[in-house]
Amino acid sequence: MDLTKLSLKQTIKALEDKQFSKQELNRAYLSKIDTLNSKLNVFLEVEKNTLGIPAAIKDIIITQNIKTTAGSKILSNFLPPYNATVIGRLLEKGCSVIGKTNHDEFAMGSSGENSAYGVTKNPWNLKKVPGGSSSGSAAAVAADMCVFSLGTDTGGSIRQPASLCGVVGLKTSYGRVSRYGAIALSSSLDQIGPFTKTVEDARTILEWISGEDGLDANCHGKPFQPQKSFKNLSGIKIGVPKEYFGKGLDKGVEKVIREAIKKLEELGGEIVEVSLPHTEYAIAAYYIILPSEVSSNLAKFDGIRFGFDRSKFGAEAKRRIMLGTFTLSAGYFDDYFIKAAKVRTLIKQDFEKAFEKVDVIVGPVSPTVAWDIGEKFDDPLAMYLSDAYTIPANLAGICGLSLPCGFVEGLPVGLQILGKYWGEDTILSVGEIYEQATDWHKEKPKL
Amino acid sequence: MKLTDIQVKHVAKLANLPLSSEELKKYGEQLSKILDYIEQLNKIDTSKVNPTFNVVDKKNVWDEDIVKPSLSQEQALQNGQTKNDYFITKGVFEEE
Repeated sequence: MDLTKLSLKQTIKALEDKQFSKQELNRAYLSKIDTLNSKLNVFLEVEKNTLGIPAAIKDIIITQNIKTTAGSKILSNFLPPYNATVIGRLLEKGCSVIGKTNHDEFAMGSSGENSAYGVTKNPWNLKKVPGGSSSGSAAAVAADMCVFSLGTDTGGSIRQPASLCGVVGLKTSYGRVSRYGAIALSSSLDQIGPFTKTVEDARTILEWISGEDGLDANCHGKPFQPQKSFKNLSGIKIGVPKEYFGKGLDKGVEKVIREAIKKLEELGGEIVEVSLPHTEYAIAAYYIILPSEVSSNLAKFDGIRFGFDRSKFGAEAKRRIMLGTFTLSAGYFDDYFIKAAKVRTLIKQDFEKAFEKVDVIVGPVSPTVAWDIGEKFDDPLAMYLSDAYTIPANLAGICGLSLPCGFVEGLPVGLQILGKYWGEDTILSVGEIYEQATDWHKEKPKL
Repeated sequence: MKLTDIQVKHVAKLANLPLSSEELKKYGEQLSKILDYIEQLNKIDTSKVNPTFNVVDKKNVWDEDIVKPSLSQEQALQNGQTKNDYFITKGVFEEE
């Protein structure tokens, strides 16, 4: 039996039944990492002495006395003195950090290419990007180098790499999971969430990591309680936004997504066309709000309390600090930052109106499958446009799931299921019903 | 919107980023292109819309005024360059 192919649920069950020990489990994963990491560049640090359920952690989430770089040279020697809230909670549940995963520097990027430590390769095709920014965390699950992983999603950084690597990725509602110990990119957008092999596993991780901790003032409520309020899709209204099927959507991806929607209908769901009219403005609003918050958050990196001096920032970090400093500067603040915050209200209202009519909204995660390494690297704007379907959820603060729903030319396609604010139980239930009726999540890359 | 060289330099100074003249030129061009893209927001009438800065509408989240476990001095200093248990910084009153 290859232990590394088991889901979290299967792993827990097998450990309880004493089919294998935690030592054997860790040995199996460490040997997998040993074989694959030089090929895929997934892990920046590997912890050899783990005794828990092996979890891979995006290197922007701090881990006590395990080097945490945020994918940047500026933090290449940073040894955090404490654990992020989510890490403490995972440790309490018997998990251990098997390694820290590569990602775009400070989580800025859609391809993994902005890491100061080299690009992570897509396990399905080593010439392709794995998506980003949580590139390593998505690839680690796809290549069975961990049982599950954690990433952060600010504009799609969990859902998009999950889609491009063919795994499950959950972006939680803003305020659901404490960001304490996640190195801040854009404080009004960032959320931590899991990458898993099944939707059910995502539900379990959410249960483990959510709930207020008194350390993130925006995090509120009790830990997530699974309701599983419905077992089939009859009576469930599934919204399909026409704006997510327009110009820019690859024909092959569209076909796969349309088939997935048909499947949801066959499973009893009622398909309802909805409109999110301000979708086309989301990227523009995001690229004011995000850089503005970035310029403020990254001001703390001055080489005094931690890290090196500001010359060590990579190109994308510098570009966004410059952009955000400009949009916040005197004379431009109202025209840019306030304007974007108002458009954000309209995007949020689009979702509120749509969710009056439907229970979930489905569509593509990414307009294309994984692209060639290097293809969009020199054109920041083209790269930004690849996040058109994920960014609106972050601006509105709602939750979203990506799960495998097919392939185009051997590369995975993810179905996005968006839910109301605090609607995780509903999107996970819809996702689980789809997953149980299909075999896409069982496909594995040949490595 | 086309940023002038003076504007780009000014922004780099505000951002405390030491940029080479090549970088200033490159970012100046790229930022102008991104700002052109952003201009499309002006097509929307937002005169009657309130801004959203945060989707969580909690206000005044208070904390009990009690001492909780926190970092030791050693831990707080472990990642900085220090002297006599102080961080080393640039002089504030000297010329740069």
